[in-house]
Amino acid sequence: MRARIATALLAFSAFFAPPLAAQQRLLPAQSEIAFTSRQMGVPVHGRFRMFEAQIEFDPKQPEAARIALRIDLASVSLGTAETEAELAKPGWFDTRRFPQASFTSTSVKSTGPGRFDVIGKLTLKGASRELTVPVTLLQAGPATTASGSFAIRRLDYRIGDGDWSDPSLVADEVLVKFRLVLAGVTAP
Amino acid sequence: MPSAPLSRYSSVAIALHWLLAAALAASFCVGVFMSDLASSPLKLRLYNWHKWAGITILALSALRLAWRLTHLPPQDVPMPAWQRSAAHLTHRTMYGLFFAVPLAGWAYSSAAGFPVVLFGVLPLPDFVPADKALAEAIESWHAALAFALAGVALVHVAAAIKHHFVDGDGLLRRMWPR
Repeated sequence: MRARIATALLAFSAFFAPPLAAQQRLLPAQSEIAFTSRQMGVPVHGRFRMFEAQIEFDPKQPEAARIALRIDLASVSLGTAETEAELAKPGWFDTRRFPQASFTSTSVKSTGPGRFDVIGKLTLKGASRELTVPVTLLQAGPATTASGSFAIRRLDYRIGDGDWSDPSLVADEVLVKFRLVLAGVTAP
Repeated sequence: MPSAPLSRYSSVAIALHWLLAAALAASFCVGVFMSDLASSPLKLRLYNWHKWAGITILALSALRLAWRLTHLPPQDVPMPAWQRSAAHLTHRTMYGLFFAVPLAGWAYSSAAGFPVVLFGVLPLPDFVPADKALAEAIESWHAALAFALAGVALVHVAAAIKHHFVDGDGLLRRMWPR
């Protein structure tokens, strides 16, 4: 009888314990996704104010990880209202037709202590490309910071096509830097 | 024995005068034209060319001031004392604005968050922080100083023409390239 109660309690707790994915979440207020493009050699810094993520990540089992990010392209901040209005236009982000960019991981590999390569698909303005994103994990109390940077080619996604496609005017390469603060990821 | 008064500016002073006159006039016209343009590749190009020209003007003006301070100009042509004072004041004001206008433009670039990268390769330091409100304030100063320089330069040109053609004192020959 006692054993049956114990079994029932165990089943009950297993049923009600939140799954890993629900415990792991992004803390957007402390996180940042920023980018730097070059206009005639001048670095122009921007960032996105709104993004969300679904994360299932156990540093001990990186190959089982699933990471999905969605970025609200209309939330871009780029210094001046004029450039922000320009970026929303069809030649650039075309935010009316493509309001979000997304990144979905396909595999994650450990590359050293606290270091991982996240391979996944970036979809931006209807175009998808595979990316390898190096990520460094740092644990500080209950929070885990995942940070890194990678470069994309804007013309792969037709960002700034037509009149603006000349890379001597706006460089093709855009550097993306991120710092994602996560709750519920255990230390590697 | 005192040397005989010069009848002409030195060839370096003459070269710098005309080179900077052309560069300033072109930069002023481009500046007025580009500020009203809608966002376009042309606007981006003009802004950068304008900034590169401004920094070049600043550097040449430093060279020109150093030359002016170390080389005597020709003596004043005969004229009433008030005109002599006005001419000297005009020259001093122009020299001040040769520095003030590009420096304000440089500061505006930095405040607007688009630092100057000279000729697209040499990043120049920012001496003011990127700040929207500051950028708007400095932009209006840059424009006001540029229009002041254009106004004073017009007075300078009008006075030179009046001397040469009305007074018939041959003033332009002092600055004319040989």
